[in-house]
Amino acid sequence: MPKKSNKGGEIMEFNIIITGIGGQGVLTLTNIITWSALKEGFDAKASELHGLAQRGGAIACHVRFGDKIYSPLVLEGKADLVFALEPLEALRSCYFGSKKRTVFLVNSHRLIPSSIFIAKEEYPSLSYVLDSLKPFSNKVILIDASEMAKKATGDTIMANMYMLGYSCAKKLIPLKRESILDGIKEAIPERYIELNRKIFDLGFEAK
Amino acid sequence: MESILLNKYGKKVILLGNEAIVRGALEAGVGFSSTYPGTPASEIGDTFSEIAKDANLYFEYSTNEKVALEAAAGAALCGVRSMVSFKQYGLNVSSDSAFPLAYIGVRAGMVIVVADDPNCWSSAQSEQDSRYYARLAHIPMLEPSDSQECKDFTKIAFNLSEKFSIPLLLRTTTRVSHGRGVVTLGKIVEGKKRGRFNKDSIRFRNFPPYIMETHEELHKKLNELRKISEEIDINFSLNEGSKNDLGIVTSGVAFNYVMDALQDLKLDLPVLKLGMTYPIPDDKIRNFIKDLKSILFVEEIEPILEESVSALAKDVNPELEFYGKKNGYLPRSGELKEWHVLLAISKITGVKSQFNPIAQKEEYKKLSIVKRLPVMCPGCPHRASFFATKSVVGEDAVFGGDIGCYILGVYPPFETQDFVFSMGASEGVIHGIKKVSDQKAIAFIGDSTFFHAGIPGLINTVYNGSNPLIIILDNRSTAMTGHQPHPGVGITGMGEKSKVINIEDIVRACGVENVRVVDPFNVKEMEDAVREYLQKEKVSVIVAKRECQLLAIRRKKREGIVIPKFGIDQSLCDGCGICLYEFGCPAIFIENDKFFIDKDLCTGCAVCVRICPKRAIKAVK
Repeated sequence: MPKKSNKGGEIMEFNIIITGIGGQGVLTLTNIITWSALKEGFDAKASELHGLAQRGGAIACHVRFGDKIYSPLVLEGKADLVFALEPLEALRSCYFGSKKRTVFLVNSHRLIPSSIFIAKEEYPSLSYVLDSLKPFSNKVILIDASEMAKKATGDTIMANMYMLGYSCAKKLIPLKRESILDGIKEAIPERYIELNRKIFDLGFEAK
Repeated sequence: MESILLNKYGKKVILLGNEAIVRGALEAGVGFSSTYPGTPASEIGDTFSEIAKDANLYFEYSTNEKVALEAAAGAALCGVRSMVSFKQYGLNVSSDSAFPLAYIGVRAGMVIVVADDPNCWSSAQSEQDSRYYARLAHIPMLEPSDSQECKDFTKIAFNLSEKFSIPLLLRTTTRVSHGRGVVTLGKIVEGKKRGRFNKDSIRFRNFPPYIMETHEELHKKLNELRKISEEIDINFSLNEGSKNDLGIVTSGVAFNYVMDALQDLKLDLPVLKLGMTYPIPDDKIRNFIKDLKSILFVEEIEPILEESVSALAKDVNPELEFYGKKNGYLPRSGELKEWHVLLAISKITGVKSQFNPIAQKEEYKKLSIVKRLPVMCPGCPHRASFFATKSVVGEDAVFGGDIGCYILGVYPPFETQDFVFSMGASEGVIHGIKKVSDQKAIAFIGDSTFFHAGIPGLINTVYNGSNPLIIILDNRSTAMTGHQPHPGVGITGMGEKSKVINIEDIVRACGVENVRVVDPFNVKEMEDAVREYLQKEKVSVIVAKRECQLLAIRRKKREGIVIPKFGIDQSLCDGCGICLYEFGCPAIFIENDKFFIDKDLCTGCAVCVRICPKRAIKAVK
């Protein structure tokens, strides 16, 4: 229970938005990072969405860690890292970012909702996505994590782990490799740990 | 999941709010738990289901929330600590028994967990604030704000419940139930698992004239609990004496938004955080507000603290000004976010924030971002049922909607949910429509929903003589909430085999003469059944029976069955688009004006093969 006033100096906090589509491993990534932050010695909170919001729909989870964390949600403009497993979803969550502090790590692999064809709408081009992210970001990094994951495992589902490894090696996320490997161990069923770590390391070693 | 059973006192783990509630129950020695699945409460029951055997306790998925509450009450009357959990509407369903339970009381601790869903992330009825129930039914309520509090408050709730022989409500919201956070583990306590019903108390016979006695007894208990609310450390204040004119009263997850907003604004306003919101601590509140000039109320959904605290101010500080939901400083609908709180405090105090969420949103609104709505999965049997029904009746029928995955039929291309009320309401409402209108009328209701609340509606239709077509979408699971079993499946919450109760047998026993079980993947047969049954003079029922495709795929992979994949033969396809525009399969896409099937998404249901007029869809490797 908090007793002290919180007036005064800056405290350490790191805010992440993880966005993608239900089924892409957004929840898994959220759980791993939250555990990893605890392993690193931080206070940590996360917010997920389950159920109706999950069925092939857009989904955005929040993770925050630092000295003392209250809200499980990131304030608009206060994200340090936006982890987008899909380009359109990077765009949908862009308002969490700001020019001052936010890095967007975007998986370039597009998943086009069939409602676009039914309603005869247009999926935005990658250049529209990148241009639109500019006012909300300090830096945008585009990687084809799905392709890399598919090469290694035959399936795109591990793109999330590839991106996590990449973000750790490039210091986009202030957590040590060991803490994340420990986090994976806590958050993932035992039989999948090795594969997840393998893809994490693949992303970690990427240039 | 393992950390929930871990018996390491003092160890820190990450738990979902719902998991932390289960852990709290284990640390309180719970012996009995029941639920009917509903998001955002679902993981409470699912976690119990996973650990029940290892933790040596009893858990069940009951047929509905009323039965779940009654079962948990039965255990608590026998001296076994019990927990029942459900989403906000579950409390409505159970309320008929929850009200007398407050009078009757319990012999062992009983906790009723209710998870509200501000913003209706996973709900289709209303943004209900279940805190009103605490006041209405006179059941004390605790409101945790994060995972650690979920665990701690659950233990407190069990102890208070047992001490005062009264059930306790634990109210969460989506961001608490589905929030993760650090939890310091306590000791797991082995509680009583077996008990005995002793007939020695007249208070259980809730019948006049005893009711007046139990009612009076209830108010005595509440008076004692009011004293607890004054003393308990989950009702606490911060920054008192910080020489500010504005104070904040808050509860639940909203407390966190207050703390972050104050930090962002570098303010140290006095904050009163209530963990026990019924009964509220009148004196503690009076003391908190007596020297302030104004109060901001920050709470999820309804202005409940706002109303009760402003009533108290009349005695001690009649000049006190109020800010909150009632005068537009915070929104009346949708869930609270930190930015709402930040802007409200900023507006009242004049202190500017370094963040400008409104400008952020304005910039965002300029972008063109196509929607990505939730959809029925590729291979979903509901899609096949909707397609067949629409191909027979077109737009020319009223489609009664209900609660389950099939609610996604609300979107194009189907639009087969013309109204949605509550569990089982498709039948009740469609009966009324048929009584006054000559329109064709079809009610869609799921299997678990049918067991939950569909049977009385069906009997009413037979008894009072109307002739809708009722299509029971039997996908062998409570799919939307995470594939929990139900009585039609024959597996219990303990993972044990039970009697399979066939829906079609129930339908016949209810007096329905026109009953047919159809595999919806067999589109022709489904269309024929719809066509024939729409002409009947009496109510007719089609049971569209086909396992949820997610379960089927999992089962087939386990059993080593190859899942076929399909592709479109471009030489035969004339681009009519039925497979996409009318069937709406998410695995089908268009590239350069040609139709293709995404092999990663195709689950091999082969319904598209059957509906393609050019027979252009074929199995591929």
